[in-house]
Amino acid sequence: MSGAQLIALALVVPAAGAALVALAGRWPNLREAVTLATAGTLFAVVLGLLPGVLAGERPELMLLEMLPGLAIGFRLEPLGMLFALVASGLWIVNSVYSIGYMRGNGEENQTRFYACFALALAATMGVAMASNVLTLFLCYELLTLVTWPLVTHHGDAEARSGGRVYLGVLLGTSIALLLPAVITTWAAAGTLEFAPGGILANAGLSSSAMAGLLALYMFGIGKAALMPVHRWLPSAMVAPTPVSALLHAVAVVKAGVFTVVKVIVYVFGTESLAAAGAAEWLPAVAGFTIVAASIVALRSDNLKRRLAYSTVSQLSYVVLAAALLAPLSIAAAVLHIATHAVGKITLFFAAGAIYTATGKTEASQLDGIGRRMPWTMGAFAVGALSLIGVPPAAGFLSKWMMFQGAASAGHGPALAVLALSTLLNAAYFLPIVHAAFLRAPREGDAAHGEAPWPMLAAMAATAALTIALPFAAAVPLALARAAAGT
Amino acid sequence: MTFEHLPALQVAVPLVAAPVTLLLRRAAAAWVVTVAACAFAFVAAVLLAAAVAAQGPISYALGSWAPPWGIEYRVDALSAFVLVLVSGVATVVAVFAWRSAAAELPREQLYLFYTMYCLCVAGLLGMTITGDAFNLFVFMEIASLSSYVLIALGRERRALLASYQYLILGTIGATFYVIGVGMLYLATGTLNIADLAARLPQVADTRAVLAALAFVTVGVSLKLALFPLHLWLPNAYAYAPSAVTAFLAATATKVSVYVLLRFYFTIFGAELVVGGLPMEEVLLVLSLAAIATASLVALWQADLKRLFAYSSVAQIGYITLGISMASPAGLTAAVVHLFNHGITKGAIFLLLGGVVLRAGRAGFDRVQGLGQRMPLTSLGIVLAGLSLIGIPGTAGFVSKWYLVLGAIEAGRWWLAGFIVATSLIAVAYVWRFVEAAYLAPAGPGTPERGEAPPVMLATAWLLVVACIWFGFDTSFTVEGARRAAALMLGGNP
Repeated sequence: MSGAQLIALALVVPAAGAALVALAGRWPNLREAVTLATAGTLFAVVLGLLPGVLAGERPELMLLEMLPGLAIGFRLEPLGMLFALVASGLWIVNSVYSIGYMRGNGEENQTRFYACFALALAATMGVAMASNVLTLFLCYELLTLVTWPLVTHHGDAEARSGGRVYLGVLLGTSIALLLPAVITTWAAAGTLEFAPGGILANAGLSSSAMAGLLALYMFGIGKAALMPVHRWLPSAMVAPTPVSALLHAVAVVKAGVFTVVKVIVYVFGTESLAAAGAAEWLPAVAGFTIVAASIVALRSDNLKRRLAYSTVSQLSYVVLAAALLAPLSIAAAVLHIATHAVGKITLFFAAGAIYTATGKTEASQLDGIGRRMPWTMGAFAVGALSLIGVPPAAGFLSKWMMFQGAASAGHGPALAVLALSTLLNAAYFLPIVHAAFLRAPREGDAAHGEAPWPMLAAMAATAALTIALPFAAAVPLALARAAAGT
Repeated sequence: MTFEHLPALQVAVPLVAAPVTLLLRRAAAAWVVTVAACAFAFVAAVLLAAAVAAQGPISYALGSWAPPWGIEYRVDALSAFVLVLVSGVATVVAVFAWRSAAAELPREQLYLFYTMYCLCVAGLLGMTITGDAFNLFVFMEIASLSSYVLIALGRERRALLASYQYLILGTIGATFYVIGVGMLYLATGTLNIADLAARLPQVADTRAVLAALAFVTVGVSLKLALFPLHLWLPNAYAYAPSAVTAFLAATATKVSVYVLLRFYFTIFGAELVVGGLPMEEVLLVLSLAAIATASLVALWQADLKRLFAYSSVAQIGYITLGISMASPAGLTAAVVHLFNHGITKGAIFLLLGGVVLRAGRAGFDRVQGLGQRMPLTSLGIVLAGLSLIGIPGTAGFVSKWYLVLGAIEAGRWWLAGFIVATSLIAVAYVWRFVEAAYLAPAGPGTPERGEAPPVMLATAWLLVVACIWFGFDTSFTVEGARRAAALMLGGNP
């Protein structure tokens, strides 16, 4: 099949899957089979695109002209390829996990859950493959809207207020900041098609105008959770854990940092940004977010909240690395999208498994839990080590490159932030692992075993992937290097 | 029937349909005649729009009396665009009325509803197509008088008061308009719009012309509900029968906007209105006030029809904001939003008609849990609401794009910021509905499970689909609006 057809399939398959899920709502087993089949098909389709992209092809699919000169179109380049691979591959694992979680916890409205999930993946594919800023913006907004029912899944007062913050921050930033940024880009450059070297490189903007526009973009892309527009992410944790795991550790937040990298590389162009000095403020904001979010994570006892703030911090790694504008650090930013994904999804899976098996949600309740749930806590330990950046876990790979990138850019404060946050990561993850395995269980804890097997299987798969990724890093590295142009 | 008489038939067919429905005295027969007349008008409007796009403006001398002595009907890029909107919405709403009007009106008055509806359609189409300023006044009165009756047909007694309020203010508006036209006649000796445009420059700096501009502005602003002259609108929309609310919200204020555009840019000309007089600033300030206050007031309404009525006042503010820019992007935004807001609000009020039918009212207490009970209706309101906000992929986004582009091109950053910031208020009031429909448990007043009748649902969804369709395929809307904007800024035709 041609690249254009595969791109069309990558968009249509999850959307059609959502429709089939809705139709199969009365038969839960059939419905879950549809989800799994859709996820598998989507991954196969995305894999089918990989050889061409690695060989230097840029398959494209132009659909229609929405406004004069502005098309809805898709073109796949290495950065989008990596993001699409990560999101679609982890969707399979996450679907297996969802089945265990949703049934294990007796959740309601499961049909809506699976249908919205598939739609969210369709929007994610659109984000990954968009060929211009307008298409990206369209899919970005769609992603916000279709994940809102997932965030408010429980329908209670807590879900309602969480949903309000979620929607308020994400739609608020994208309409109030991102949309004017997009329109300004159009007015200045006369095109919105992503181009190597940047479409604003020759637009003749002054460096202060570029800095202002970059700020509109960076804070307008609320999904990247740069402080102070990060509040939606902890609020989204009211969702069922599979949503937090795939969407709010992988698809949605990565759509944010993916857009950040895309804007820096293909809209502004690293060279013109560096020449204008327009991005010099960004490492400071990202560095502040990294440290501040880590400190909040350290102080949060609720496990999912701690993971959420850890995500806020890790997302800013990507922003920081991209903002350094050195080729090596851009490649590190791209790679971190993949390595953080596998580690963080494992951690969320473990948090969900603990909740399903024991009903526990706080980090301080986990004394001795490793003896009853060795697999779960083993996976948690792997994820934690990856986020800290301990070899051979995946996180080491991107963190190492980030250090190198910061060093090559000669950016001392960035190096310091990276080192400090590594310590903070260890400080908020290792005590949990320590307590789980080395402390005695508290008295009065009800007896329990492991979570249902689909959850364990999914957790084992992502933990194994976290360990294996550095040994099979050729493909992600090649894509990251190609995206960074090195 | 030949093509050359199409401009006359455009108005004549719905006008003649009105007495026919009166003679038939049977609701079903009256409905068939009304739908047929509206559908004919729609086909005629589409044909005329195609002809105008292909070969330029069409001039039709009524009764073969050559203009400027006889009455001229004139179809150009701007009026063709508005004709398509009015006749299209009229057709959809006419089909919708089959069940909606039957449920809300007494049986013995039903055929009279269709009589008034045909008159109103004819009046609005006439206002749009005529090339004669006094003839425009006549059609304005036909449309206004029939709409007073239509509003008064509402079920609650408060509809009478709402209609009376509108009658008083509408009559003042029409009077101001006709005084303005009289002054223009005094100064130029003609009533033909093209002729007025040609003769006005010689007398442009006389006091009579400036007074005429002021009278026309106030008169038309009353009809289009420009803040602070909008006070008649929320009650009229809230208490009128559902079909009437949808029709008036989608078309009546839009045709008044058209009249304003016609006077400002064709008759007086951009040079006088924006260059010589501070109309730009006046319109800008009033638009900003309309958007901000009406959006905020909408947020606190307990009834959805009132909420979206106030939202209409705000959205009209966006249209006049585009006019105040007087730039290609600004006028394109104004004209395209006139269309996009028309179909969006039409869709919402039609869907609310279904809610009123099932729940008795469209209060927030009646829509709790609506997502479960009327899933298609709720989804439709959400999708049209997204268009109201201006989410990409909907018609409203296209309008917002040009509006913000106009502000940025003019270097007015604060204005771009204002436009997007006020869109967020729309997010808030649309999401009030979403939370009530999907997250609130069903209350005692909420209807039993069951959708609106298929006819109502289908017609409403036709407009919902249009909201999405025109968010992606903008060849008709944006091209039409750009041509209209070029026409208006290109000097006198």
